[in-house]
Amino acid sequence: MKIKGKVWKFGENIDTDVIIPARYLNTSDPEELAKHCMEDADPDFSRKIKPGDIIVAGKNFGCGSSREHAPIALKAAGIGCVIAPSFARIFYRNAFNMGLPIFECDGISGGIRAGDVVEVNADTGEIRDLTTGDVFSAQPIPPFMQELISDGGLIPHVLKNL
Amino acid sequence: MSRSMTMAEKILAAHAGLDSVEPGQLVEVDVDFALGNDITAPIAIKTFRQAGVKTVFDRERLALVSDHFVPNKDIMSAEQALILREFAAEHGIVHHYDGGESGVEHVLLPEKGLVVPGDVVIGADSHTCTYGAMGIFATGVGSTDLAAVMITGKTWFKVPRSIKFVYKGNLSPWVGGKDLILYTIGDIGVDGALYMAMEFTGPVMDSMSMAGRFTMSNMAIEAGGKVGLVNPDDTTLNYVNGRAVRDSVLYRSDEDAEYARVIDYDCSGIEPQVAFPHLPENTKGISEVGNIPLDQVVIGSCTNGRLEDLALAADVISGKKVSKGLRLIVLPTTPTVYMQALSAGILATFMNAGAVIGPPTCGPCLGGHMGVLAKGERALATTNRNFVGRMGHPKSEVYLANPAIAAASAVLGRIASPDEL
Repeated sequence: MKIKGKVWKFGENIDTDVIIPARYLNTSDPEELAKHCMEDADPDFSRKIKPGDIIVAGKNFGCGSSREHAPIALKAAGIGCVIAPSFARIFYRNAFNMGLPIFECDGISGGIRAGDVVEVNADTGEIRDLTTGDVFSAQPIPPFMQELISDGGLIPHVLKNL
Repeated sequence: MSRSMTMAEKILAAHAGLDSVEPGQLVEVDVDFALGNDITAPIAIKTFRQAGVKTVFDRERLALVSDHFVPNKDIMSAEQALILREFAAEHGIVHHYDGGESGVEHVLLPEKGLVVPGDVVIGADSHTCTYGAMGIFATGVGSTDLAAVMITGKTWFKVPRSIKFVYKGNLSPWVGGKDLILYTIGDIGVDGALYMAMEFTGPVMDSMSMAGRFTMSNMAIEAGGKVGLVNPDDTTLNYVNGRAVRDSVLYRSDEDAEYARVIDYDCSGIEPQVAFPHLPENTKGISEVGNIPLDQVVIGSCTNGRLEDLALAADVISGKKVSKGLRLIVLPTTPTVYMQALSAGILATFMNAGAVIGPPTCGPCLGGHMGVLAKGERALATTNRNFVGRMGHPKSEVYLANPAIAAASAVLGRIASPDEL
Protein backbone atom coordinates (compact mmCIF):
# COMPACT_ATOMS: atom_id res chain seq x y z
CA MET A 1 0.00 0.00 0.00
CA LYS A 2 1.34 3.43 -1.00
CA ILE A 3 -0.07 6.77 0.06
CA LYS A 4 0.94 9.93 -1.78
CA GLY A 5 -0.19 13.46 -1.07
CA LYS A 6 0.60 17.02 -0.13
CA VAL A 7 1.66 17.68 3.46
CA TRP A 8 -0.31 19.80 5.94
CA LYS A 9 1.63 20.47 9.12
CA PHE A 10 0.44 20.82 12.69
CA GLY A 11 2.24 21.13 16.04
CA GLU A 12 2.54 18.91 19.12
CA ASN A 13 -0.34 17.58 21.23
CA ILE A 14 -3.02 18.11 18.59
CA ASP A 15 -6.06 17.16 20.67
CA THR A 16 -9.37 15.62 19.67
CA ASP A 17 -11.17 18.93 20.33
CA VAL A 18 -9.04 20.45 17.57
CA ILE A 19 -9.53 17.49 15.22
CA ILE A 20 -13.30 17.67 15.68
CA PRO A 21 -14.72 20.18 18.20
CA ALA A 22 -17.27 18.75 20.66
CA ARG A 23 -19.86 21.28 19.53
CA TYR A 24 -20.29 19.19 16.37
CA LEU A 25 -20.71 15.86 18.17
CA ASN A 26 -24.49 15.96 17.98
CA THR A 27 -24.03 13.82 14.88
CA SER A 28 -21.84 10.91 13.84
CA ASP A 29 -22.39 11.45 10.10
CA PRO A 30 -18.91 11.29 8.47
CA GLU A 31 -19.62 13.93 5.79
CA GLU A 32 -20.97 16.38 8.37
CA LEU A 33 -17.99 15.78 10.71
CA ALA A 34 -15.54 16.17 7.79
CA LYS A 35 -16.71 19.75 7.19
CA HIS A 36 -15.43 20.77 10.64
CA CYS A 37 -12.23 18.73 10.69
CA MET A 38 -9.27 20.68 12.21
CA GLU A 39 -11.46 23.78 12.10
CA ASP A 40 -10.15 25.43 15.28
CA ALA A 41 -6.56 25.15 14.06
CA ASP A 42 -7.29 26.10 10.43
CA PRO A 43 -10.87 27.24 9.68
CA ASP A 44 -10.58 26.48 5.93
CA PHE A 45 -8.82 23.13 6.30
CA SER A 46 -11.61 20.89 4.99
CA ARG A 47 -12.02 23.09 1.90
CA LYS A 48 -8.31 23.36 1.13
CA ILE A 49 -7.28 19.72 1.26
CA LYS A 50 -7.42 17.22 -1.58
CA PRO A 51 -8.11 13.49 -1.24
CA GLY A 52 -4.96 11.65 -0.22
CA ASP A 53 -3.30 14.64 1.45
CA ILE A 54 -1.16 13.86 4.46
CA ILE A 55 -1.01 15.36 7.94
CA VAL A 56 2.44 15.60 9.55
CA ALA A 57 2.28 16.59 13.20
CA GLY A 58 4.30 16.72 16.41
CA LYS A 59 4.21 14.23 19.27
CA ASN A 60 1.07 12.95 21.04
CA PHE A 61 -1.31 13.48 18.11
CA GLY A 62 -4.95 12.77 19.05
CA CYS A 63 -4.70 13.34 22.80
CA GLY A 64 -7.84 13.95 24.84
CA SER A 65 -11.23 12.41 24.26
CA SER A 66 -12.02 8.86 23.13
CA ARG A 67 -14.29 10.17 20.38
CA GLU A 68 -14.07 7.97 17.31
CA HIS A 69 -15.47 10.98 15.48
CA ALA A 70 -11.85 12.24 15.28
CA PRO A 71 -10.45 9.57 12.91
CA ILE A 72 -13.87 9.42 11.18
CA ALA A 73 -13.67 13.17 10.43
CA LEU A 74 -10.06 12.97 9.17
CA LYS A 75 -10.80 10.01 6.94
CA ALA A 76 -14.04 11.46 5.56
CA ALA A 77 -12.24 14.75 4.86
CA GLY A 78 -9.94 12.78 2.58
CA ILE A 79 -6.78 12.57 4.67
CA GLY A 80 -4.63 9.70 3.34
CA CYS A 81 -2.63 9.18 6.50
CA VAL A 82 -1.24 10.92 9.58
CA ILE A 83 2.47 10.83 10.43
CA ALA A 84 3.71 11.87 13.89
CA PRO A 85 6.45 10.88 16.36
CA SER A 86 3.76 9.48 18.71
CA PHE A 87 0.00 9.14 19.04
CA ALA A 88 -2.28 9.18 22.07
CA ARG A 89 -3.28 5.59 22.80
CA ILE A 90 -7.05 5.75 22.35
CA PHE A 91 -6.64 7.66 19.07
CA TYR A 92 -4.09 5.11 17.86
CA ARG A 93 -6.53 2.25 18.37
CA ASN A 94 -9.49 4.19 16.97
CA ALA A 95 -7.59 5.19 13.82
CA PHE A 96 -6.93 1.60 12.80
CA ASN A 97 -10.45 0.56 13.81
CA MET A 98 -11.79 3.26 11.45
CA GLY A 99 -9.38 2.37 8.65
CA LEU A 100 -7.27 5.53 8.84
CA PRO A 101 -3.56 4.70 8.34
CA ILE A 102 -1.18 6.33 10.82
CA PHE A 103 2.61 6.12 11.02
CA GLU A 104 4.89 6.68 14.01
CA CYS A 105 8.11 8.33 12.88
CA ASP A 106 10.69 10.13 15.04
CA GLY A 107 12.02 13.36 13.64
CA ILE A 108 9.33 13.67 11.00
CA SER A 109 7.95 17.02 12.12
CA GLY A 110 11.30 18.79 11.84
CA GLY A 111 12.21 17.14 8.55
CA ILE A 112 9.27 17.76 6.26
CA ARG A 113 7.86 21.12 5.21
CA ALA A 114 4.23 22.07 4.69
CA GLY A 115 3.34 21.75 1.01
CA ASP A 116 5.94 19.07 0.23
CA VAL A 117 4.64 16.05 -1.64
CA VAL A 118 5.32 12.87 0.28
CA GLU A 119 4.96 9.19 -0.56
CA VAL A 120 4.56 6.61 2.21
CA ASN A 121 5.14 2.92 1.63
CA ALA A 122 3.11 1.05 4.27
CA ASP A 123 4.91 -2.24 3.53
CA THR A 124 8.38 -0.94 4.32
CA GLY A 125 7.61 2.12 6.45
CA GLU A 126 9.65 4.27 4.06
CA ILE A 127 8.52 7.88 3.89
CA ARG A 128 9.93 9.71 0.85
CA ASP A 129 9.69 13.50 0.53
CA LEU A 130 9.39 13.78 -3.26
CA THR A 131 9.93 17.55 -3.09
CA THR A 132 13.30 17.40 -1.32
CA GLY A 133 14.35 13.77 -1.87
CA ASP A 134 14.72 13.20 1.89
CA VAL A 135 13.83 9.75 3.21
CA PHE A 136 12.47 8.87 6.66
CA SER A 137 11.74 5.56 8.29
CA ALA A 138 8.52 4.66 10.13
CA GLN A 139 7.17 1.44 11.59
CA PRO A 140 5.64 -0.49 8.64
CA ILE A 141 2.00 -1.61 8.81
CA PRO A 142 1.80 -5.43 8.81
CA PRO A 143 -0.22 -7.09 5.99
CA PHE A 144 -3.27 -8.00 8.13
CA MET A 145 -3.56 -4.41 9.36
CA GLN A 146 -3.27 -3.14 5.77
CA GLU A 147 -6.09 -5.47 4.82
CA LEU A 148 -8.13 -4.11 7.73
CA ILE A 149 -7.51 -0.58 6.45
CA SER A 150 -8.42 -1.40 2.84
CA ASP A 151 -11.61 -3.12 4.05
CA GLY A 152 -12.59 0.20 5.64
CA GLY A 153 -11.88 -0.55 9.28
CA LEU A 154 -12.25 -3.24 11.93
CA ILE A 155 -15.96 -3.99 11.62
CA PRO A 156 -16.15 -4.26 7.79
CA HIS A 157 -12.98 -6.37 8.02
CA VAL A 158 -14.47 -8.70 10.65
CA LEU A 159 -17.80 -9.00 8.81
CA LYS A 160 -16.03 -9.81 5.55
CA ASN A 161 -14.16 -12.67 7.20
CA LEU A 162 -17.12 -14.18 9.07
CA MET B 1 5.95 -19.07 41.48
CA SER B 2 4.54 -16.22 39.44
CA ARG B 3 6.55 -13.04 39.04
CA SER B 4 6.02 -10.02 41.26
CA MET B 5 3.43 -7.78 39.63
CA THR B 6 1.90 -4.34 39.76
CA MET B 7 -1.83 -4.11 40.39
CA ALA B 8 -2.41 -3.35 36.69
CA GLU B 9 -0.62 -6.58 35.77
CA LYS B 10 -2.46 -8.59 38.43
CA ILE B 11 -5.90 -7.45 37.29
CA LEU B 12 -5.13 -8.14 33.62
CA ALA B 13 -3.62 -11.55 34.41
CA ALA B 14 -6.69 -12.56 36.41
CA HIS B 15 -9.02 -11.50 33.60
CA ALA B 16 -6.92 -13.25 30.95
CA GLY B 17 -6.91 -16.50 32.92
CA LEU B 18 -3.13 -16.35 33.34
CA ASP B 19 -0.91 -16.72 36.41
CA SER B 20 1.12 -13.72 35.40
CA VAL B 21 1.60 -11.21 32.61
CA GLU B 22 4.39 -8.79 31.78
CA PRO B 23 4.52 -5.38 30.09
CA GLY B 24 4.24 -5.54 26.31
CA GLN B 25 2.31 -8.83 26.34
CA LEU B 26 -0.94 -8.86 24.35
CA VAL B 27 -3.82 -10.38 26.29
CA GLU B 28 -7.49 -11.03 25.69
CA VAL B 29 -9.48 -10.26 28.81
CA ASP B 30 -13.02 -10.68 30.09
CA VAL B 31 -14.68 -7.32 30.62
CA ASP B 32 -16.72 -6.97 33.82
CA PHE B 33 -18.56 -3.82 32.83
CA ALA B 34 -18.87 -1.59 29.76
CA LEU B 35 -20.16 1.93 29.27
CA GLY B 36 -21.30 4.20 26.47
CA ASN B 37 -22.87 7.67 26.49
CA ASP B 38 -25.10 9.78 24.26
CA ILE B 39 -22.14 10.82 22.07
CA THR B 40 -20.27 7.53 21.76
CA ALA B 41 -22.95 4.83 22.12
CA PRO B 42 -24.89 5.78 18.94
CA ILE B 43 -21.88 4.76 16.83
CA ALA B 44 -21.40 1.57 18.86
CA ILE B 45 -25.09 0.71 18.52
CA LYS B 46 -24.98 1.31 14.76
CA THR B 47 -21.97 -1.00 14.53
CA PHE B 48 -23.66 -3.60 16.76
CA ARG B 49 -26.70 -3.56 14.46
CA GLN B 50 -24.51 -3.80 11.32
CA ALA B 51 -22.90 -6.92 12.75
CA GLY B 52 -26.32 -8.54 12.82
CA VAL B 53 -25.92 -9.72 16.42
CA LYS B 54 -29.14 -10.39 18.32
CA THR B 55 -28.17 -9.95 21.98
CA VAL B 56 -25.61 -8.06 24.04
CA PHE B 57 -23.06 -10.11 26.00
CA ASP B 58 -24.80 -9.37 29.30
CA ARG B 59 -27.67 -6.92 29.68
CA GLU B 60 -26.74 -6.24 33.32
CA ARG B 61 -23.12 -5.35 32.54
CA LEU B 62 -23.59 -2.56 30.04
CA ALA B 63 -24.48 0.98 31.07
CA LEU B 64 -25.89 3.43 28.57
CA VAL B 65 -25.79 6.90 30.12
CA SER B 66 -27.18 10.01 28.45
CA ASP B 67 -25.17 12.72 30.17
CA HIS B 68 -23.25 14.82 27.67
CA PHE B 69 -25.87 16.78 25.75
CA VAL B 70 -28.81 16.25 28.12
CA PRO B 71 -31.35 17.57 28.81
CA ASN B 72 -31.32 17.43 25.00
CA LYS B 73 -29.74 20.63 23.74
CA ASP B 74 -31.05 20.45 20.17
CA ILE B 75 -32.88 18.16 17.77
CA MET B 76 -29.78 16.25 16.71
CA SER B 77 -28.67 15.54 20.29
CA ALA B 78 -32.25 14.52 21.14
CA GLU B 79 -32.06 11.96 18.36
CA GLN B 80 -28.78 10.60 19.73
CA ALA B 81 -30.32 10.11 23.20
CA LEU B 82 -33.30 8.46 21.49
CA ILE B 83 -30.99 5.86 19.91
CA LEU B 84 -29.87 4.85 23.42
CA ARG B 85 -33.46 4.75 24.72
CA GLU B 86 -34.67 2.56 21.87
CA PHE B 87 -31.70 0.20 22.05
CA ALA B 88 -32.07 -0.13 25.83
CA ALA B 89 -35.77 -1.01 25.50
CA GLU B 90 -35.12 -3.45 22.67
CA HIS B 91 -32.36 -5.31 24.51
CA GLY B 92 -33.58 -4.98 28.08
CA ILE B 93 -30.50 -3.02 29.12
CA VAL B 94 -30.83 -2.77 32.91
CA HIS B 95 -28.58 0.24 33.41
CA HIS B 96 -29.88 2.81 30.98
CA TYR B 97 -29.87 6.25 32.60
CA ASP B 98 -31.84 9.12 31.20
CA GLY B 99 -33.89 12.06 32.51
CA GLY B 100 -34.13 12.36 36.28
CA GLU B 101 -32.23 9.12 36.84
CA SER B 102 -29.18 10.20 34.92
CA GLY B 103 -25.99 11.82 36.04
CA VAL B 104 -22.40 12.28 34.95
CA GLU B 105 -21.40 8.71 34.14
CA HIS B 106 -18.11 8.56 36.03
CA VAL B 107 -19.74 9.70 39.25
CA LEU B 108 -22.95 7.75 38.68
CA LEU B 109 -21.47 4.28 38.07
CA PRO B 110 -19.30 4.13 41.23
CA GLU B 111 -22.13 5.69 43.27
CA LYS B 112 -24.52 2.95 42.17
CA GLY B 113 -21.92 0.26 42.88
CA LEU B 114 -21.96 -0.96 39.27
CA VAL B 115 -18.17 -1.03 39.02
CA VAL B 116 -16.30 -2.77 41.84
CA PRO B 117 -12.66 -3.19 42.92
CA GLY B 118 -10.78 -5.78 40.87
CA ASP B 119 -12.90 -5.23 37.73
CA VAL B 120 -11.81 -4.64 34.17
CA VAL B 121 -14.04 -1.85 32.86
CA ILE B 122 -14.02 -0.29 29.42
CA GLY B 123 -15.98 2.80 28.51
CA ALA B 124 -16.39 4.72 25.31
CA ASP B 125 -15.31 7.86 27.13
CA SER B 126 -11.74 8.84 27.89
CA HIS B 127 -12.44 9.60 31.56
CA THR B 128 -13.41 5.99 32.24
CA CYS B 129 -10.01 5.87 33.97
CA THR B 130 -11.76 7.55 36.95
CA TYR B 131 -12.63 4.13 38.44
CA GLY B 132 -8.92 3.39 38.88
CA ALA B 133 -9.40 5.14 42.22
CA MET B 134 -11.29 2.03 43.36
CA GLY B 135 -8.58 -0.42 42.25
CA ILE B 136 -10.28 -1.08 38.90
CA PHE B 137 -8.45 -1.49 35.58
CA ALA B 138 -10.69 0.99 33.77
CA THR B 139 -9.86 2.67 30.50
CA GLY B 140 -11.41 4.61 27.65
CA VAL B 141 -11.87 3.14 24.20
CA GLY B 142 -13.57 4.18 20.98
CA SER B 143 -17.09 3.26 19.95
CA THR B 144 -16.00 0.36 17.75
CA ASP B 145 -14.10 -1.27 20.60
CA LEU B 146 -17.21 -0.78 22.76
CA ALA B 147 -19.33 -2.46 20.06
CA ALA B 148 -17.00 -5.47 20.06
CA VAL B 149 -17.33 -5.74 23.86
CA MET B 150 -21.12 -5.40 23.61
CA ILE B 151 -21.03 -8.44 21.31
CA THR B 152 -18.40 -10.63 22.98
CA GLY B 153 -17.79 -9.36 26.53
CA LYS B 154 -14.08 -9.47 25.74
CA THR B 155 -11.39 -7.11 24.55
CA TRP B 156 -7.65 -7.11 23.99
CA PHE B 157 -4.98 -5.05 25.69
CA LYS B 158 -1.25 -4.66 25.52
CA VAL B 159 -0.12 -4.92 29.15
CA PRO B 160 1.15 -1.43 30.01
CA ARG B 161 4.31 -0.56 31.88
CA SER B 162 3.59 1.20 35.17
CA ILE B 163 4.83 4.45 36.65
CA LYS B 164 4.67 4.71 40.42
CA PHE B 165 4.02 8.12 41.93
CA VAL B 166 4.78 8.41 45.64
CA TYR B 167 3.13 11.38 47.38
CA LYS B 168 4.75 12.25 50.72
CA GLY B 169 4.63 15.09 53.23
CA ASN B 170 1.70 17.18 54.40
CA LEU B 171 -0.85 18.94 52.24
CA SER B 172 -0.96 22.73 52.51
CA PRO B 173 -4.31 24.49 53.07
CA TRP B 174 -6.63 24.37 50.03
CA VAL B 175 -4.58 21.62 48.39
CA GLY B 176 -6.31 18.38 47.40
CA GLY B 177 -6.40 15.65 44.77
CA LYS B 178 -6.95 18.13 41.94
CA ASP B 179 -3.79 20.02 42.80
CA LEU B 180 -1.67 16.88 43.10
CA ILE B 181 -2.78 15.56 39.71
CA LEU B 182 -2.34 18.96 38.03
CA TYR B 183 1.11 19.25 39.61
CA THR B 184 1.96 15.75 38.36
CA ILE B 185 0.78 16.50 34.82
CA GLY B 186 2.70 19.78 34.94
CA ASP B 187 5.79 17.79 35.88
CA ILE B 188 5.61 14.87 33.42
CA GLY B 189 3.64 16.56 30.60
CA VAL B 190 0.50 15.63 28.68
CA ASP B 191 2.25 12.60 27.19
CA GLY B 192 4.39 11.83 30.25
CA ALA B 193 2.53 8.58 30.90
CA LEU B 194 1.63 7.83 27.27
CA TYR B 195 0.41 4.27 27.06
CA MET B 196 1.38 3.55 30.69
CA ALA B 197 -0.43 2.69 33.91
CA MET B 198 -0.13 5.45 36.50
CA GLU B 199 -0.16 4.24 40.08
CA PHE B 200 -0.77 6.81 42.82
CA THR B 201 0.77 5.75 46.14
CA GLY B 202 2.32 7.03 49.37
CA PRO B 203 1.11 8.30 52.74
CA VAL B 204 -0.78 11.22 51.21
CA MET B 205 -2.83 8.84 49.05
CA ASP B 206 -3.39 6.53 52.04
CA SER B 207 -5.14 9.31 53.93
CA MET B 208 -6.95 10.82 50.94
CA SER B 209 -10.75 10.54 50.65
CA MET B 210 -12.38 8.65 47.78
CA ALA B 211 -13.48 11.97 46.26
CA GLY B 212 -9.86 13.15 46.02
CA ARG B 213 -8.74 9.80 44.65
CA PHE B 214 -11.45 9.85 41.97
CA THR B 215 -10.27 13.31 40.91
CA MET B 216 -6.69 12.11 40.53
CA SER B 217 -7.52 8.92 38.62
CA ASN B 218 -9.93 10.90 36.42
CA MET B 219 -7.11 13.00 35.00
CA ALA B 220 -4.65 10.14 34.29
CA ILE B 221 -5.71 10.41 30.64
CA GLU B 222 -4.55 14.03 30.68
CA ALA B 223 -1.00 12.68 31.04
CA GLY B 224 -1.64 10.11 28.30
CA GLY B 225 -2.11 7.31 30.86
CA LYS B 226 -4.07 4.16 30.11
CA VAL B 227 -5.24 3.84 33.70
CA GLY B 228 -4.76 5.79 36.95
CA LEU B 229 -4.74 3.34 39.83
CA VAL B 230 -4.92 3.60 43.61
CA ASN B 231 -4.20 0.50 45.69
CA PRO B 232 -7.48 -0.49 47.36
CA ASP B 233 -7.63 -0.17 51.17
CA ASP B 234 -10.13 0.41 54.00
CA THR B 235 -11.17 3.74 52.48
CA THR B 236 -12.06 1.89 49.26
CA LEU B 237 -13.97 -0.82 51.13
CA ASN B 238 -15.88 1.71 53.24
CA TYR B 239 -16.97 3.38 50.02
CA VAL B 240 -17.89 0.14 48.27
CA ASN B 241 -19.70 -1.57 51.14
CA GLY B 242 -23.43 -1.27 50.87
CA ARG B 243 -23.41 -0.27 47.22
CA ALA B 244 -21.42 -2.85 45.22
CA VAL B 245 -23.57 -5.13 43.07
CA ARG B 246 -20.78 -7.72 42.82
CA ASP B 247 -18.02 -8.98 45.13
CA SER B 248 -14.84 -6.96 45.25
CA VAL B 249 -11.37 -8.41 44.68
CA LEU B 250 -8.54 -6.32 46.07
CA TYR B 251 -5.42 -6.38 43.91
CA ARG B 252 -2.48 -4.53 45.43
CA SER B 253 0.93 -4.12 43.83
CA ASP B 254 3.73 -6.34 45.13
CA GLU B 255 6.46 -4.51 47.06
CA ASP B 256 9.07 -5.65 44.55
CA ALA B 257 7.00 -5.14 41.39
CA GLU B 258 8.81 -3.58 38.43
CA TYR B 259 8.12 -0.01 37.41
CA ALA B 260 9.25 1.93 34.35
CA ARG B 261 9.75 4.91 36.66
CA VAL B 262 9.23 5.78 40.30
CA ILE B 263 8.62 9.47 41.00
CA ASP B 264 8.58 10.90 44.54
CA TYR B 265 6.81 14.14 45.36
CA ASP B 266 7.12 16.07 48.61
CA CYS B 267 3.61 17.52 48.76
CA SER B 268 4.49 19.94 51.58
CA GLY B 269 5.77 22.46 49.05
CA ILE B 270 2.85 22.13 46.60
CA GLU B 271 0.37 25.02 46.56
CA PRO B 272 -3.03 25.06 44.84
CA GLN B 273 -2.44 24.61 41.11
CA VAL B 274 -3.95 26.39 38.11
CA ALA B 275 -3.58 25.01 34.57
CA PHE B 276 -3.35 27.81 32.01
CA PRO B 277 -4.63 27.57 28.43
CA HIS B 278 -4.42 25.46 26.36
CA LEU B 279 -3.01 22.31 27.95
CA PRO B 280 -3.44 20.73 31.39
CA GLU B 281 0.38 20.64 31.72
CA ASN B 282 0.63 24.47 31.76
CA THR B 283 0.41 24.60 35.54
CA LYS B 284 1.37 27.33 37.98
CA GLY B 285 1.07 27.65 41.73
CA ILE B 286 -1.72 30.03 42.77
CA SER B 287 0.85 32.57 44.05
CA GLU B 288 2.33 32.85 40.53
CA VAL B 289 -0.94 33.35 38.67
CA GLY B 290 -1.09 37.16 38.61
CA ASN B 291 -4.22 39.10 37.68
CA ILE B 292 -6.48 36.98 35.44
CA PRO B 293 -10.02 38.46 35.29
CA LEU B 294 -12.80 35.94 34.63
CA ASP B 295 -16.20 35.93 32.89
CA GLN B 296 -17.37 32.54 34.12
CA VAL B 297 -16.63 29.92 36.78
CA VAL B 298 -17.90 26.34 36.48
CA ILE B 299 -18.02 23.92 39.42
CA GLY B 300 -18.95 20.38 38.39
CA SER B 301 -17.89 17.54 36.04
CA CYS B 302 -16.60 13.99 36.51
CA THR B 303 -13.40 15.57 37.85
CA ASN B 304 -14.76 17.77 40.66
CA GLY B 305 -18.54 17.64 40.88
CA ARG B 306 -18.99 15.34 43.85
CA LEU B 307 -20.67 16.28 47.13
CA GLU B 308 -17.29 16.91 48.83
CA ASP B 309 -16.31 19.28 46.02
CA LEU B 310 -19.56 21.23 46.26
CA ALA B 311 -19.33 21.35 50.06
CA LEU B 312 -15.79 22.72 49.91
CA ALA B 313 -16.73 25.41 47.40
CA ALA B 314 -19.87 26.32 49.39
CA ASP B 315 -17.81 26.75 52.58
CA VAL B 316 -15.59 29.24 50.76
CA ILE B 317 -18.43 31.20 49.18
CA SER B 318 -20.82 31.13 52.15
CA GLY B 319 -22.11 34.61 53.01
CA LYS B 320 -20.36 36.20 50.02
CA LYS B 321 -21.53 37.29 46.58
CA VAL B 322 -20.40 36.34 43.12
CA SER B 323 -18.51 39.22 41.51
CA LYS B 324 -20.75 41.50 39.42
CA GLY B 325 -20.71 40.45 35.78
CA LEU B 326 -19.29 36.99 36.42
CA ARG B 327 -21.44 33.86 35.92
CA LEU B 328 -20.96 31.09 38.48
CA ILE B 329 -22.46 27.82 37.22
CA VAL B 330 -22.74 24.87 39.62
CA LEU B 331 -23.63 21.43 38.28
CA PRO B 332 -24.13 18.67 40.85
CA THR B 333 -23.14 15.48 39.03
CA THR B 334 -25.88 13.00 39.93
CA PRO B 335 -29.45 13.10 41.29
CA THR B 336 -28.09 11.79 44.63
CA VAL B 337 -25.39 14.45 44.80
CA TYR B 338 -28.01 17.05 43.90
CA MET B 339 -30.40 15.88 46.63
CA GLN B 340 -27.65 15.68 49.26
CA ALA B 341 -26.42 19.16 48.34
CA LEU B 342 -29.99 20.40 48.56
CA SER B 343 -30.60 18.80 51.99
CA ALA B 344 -27.29 20.08 53.36
CA GLY B 345 -28.11 23.66 52.34
CA ILE B 346 -25.20 23.73 49.91
CA LEU B 347 -27.35 24.72 46.94
CA ALA B 348 -28.98 27.48 48.99
CA THR B 349 -25.52 28.81 49.85
CA PHE B 350 -24.62 28.92 46.16
CA MET B 351 -27.93 30.55 45.20
CA ASN B 352 -27.59 33.17 47.93
CA ALA B 353 -24.19 33.96 46.48
CA GLY B 354 -25.74 34.46 43.05
CA ALA B 355 -24.86 31.17 41.32
CA VAL B 356 -26.85 29.39 38.64
CA ILE B 357 -27.58 25.77 39.62
CA GLY B 358 -27.85 23.44 36.63
CA PRO B 359 -28.93 19.83 36.27
CA PRO B 360 -26.47 16.91 36.30
CA THR B 361 -24.79 17.08 32.88
CA CYS B 362 -21.33 17.16 31.30
CA GLY B 363 -22.65 20.19 29.35
CA PRO B 364 -20.18 23.07 29.56
CA CYS B 365 -17.04 20.98 30.20
CA LEU B 366 -16.87 20.16 26.50
CA GLY B 367 -18.56 23.30 25.23
CA GLY B 368 -21.82 21.45 24.69
CA HIS B 369 -24.37 23.60 26.47
CA MET B 370 -25.24 25.19 29.84
CA GLY B 371 -22.30 27.56 29.89
CA VAL B 372 -20.68 27.97 26.45
CA LEU B 373 -18.11 30.77 26.16
CA ALA B 374 -18.20 33.66 23.67
CA LYS B 375 -15.19 34.89 21.71
CA GLY B 376 -12.60 36.36 24.02
CA GLU B 377 -14.25 35.14 27.21
CA ARG B 378 -12.32 33.51 30.00
CA ALA B 379 -13.47 30.79 32.40
CA LEU B 380 -12.05 28.97 35.36
CA ALA B 381 -13.45 25.46 35.74
CA THR B 382 -13.06 22.49 38.06
CA THR B 383 -13.13 20.31 34.92
CA ASN B 384 -10.29 18.42 33.21
CA ARG B 385 -9.39 19.96 29.84
CA ASN B 386 -8.49 23.45 28.70
CA PHE B 387 -7.84 22.75 25.02
CA VAL B 388 -8.49 25.40 22.35
CA GLY B 389 -12.28 25.82 22.01
CA ARG B 390 -13.00 23.28 24.73
CA MET B 391 -15.78 25.35 26.36
CA GLY B 392 -16.95 27.26 23.34
CA HIS B 393 -15.43 29.78 20.94
CA PRO B 394 -11.93 28.87 19.69
CA LYS B 395 -10.80 32.28 20.96
CA SER B 396 -12.06 31.69 24.51
CA GLU B 397 -9.87 30.49 27.38
CA VAL B 398 -10.25 27.85 30.10
CA TYR B 399 -8.22 27.65 33.32
CA LEU B 400 -8.40 24.52 35.49
CA ALA B 401 -8.33 24.48 39.29
CA ASN B 402 -9.87 22.94 42.41
CA PRO B 403 -13.34 23.82 43.82
CA ALA B 404 -12.01 26.10 46.59
CA ILE B 405 -10.04 28.19 44.10
CA ALA B 406 -13.11 28.23 41.84
CA ALA B 407 -15.33 29.59 44.61
CA ALA B 408 -12.85 32.26 45.69
CA SER B 409 -12.31 33.27 42.07
CA ALA B 410 -16.06 33.64 41.52
CA VAL B 411 -16.24 36.07 44.44
CA LEU B 412 -13.21 38.14 43.46
CA GLY B 413 -13.83 38.07 39.69
CA ARG B 414 -10.29 36.89 39.00
CA ILE B 415 -8.29 33.75 39.70
CA ALA B 416 -7.71 33.85 43.45
CA SER B 417 -7.07 31.84 46.60
CA PRO B 418 -9.62 31.62 49.43
CA ASP B 419 -6.88 33.21 51.58
CA GLU B 420 -7.55 36.50 49.76
CA LEU B 421 -11.20 36.64 50.86
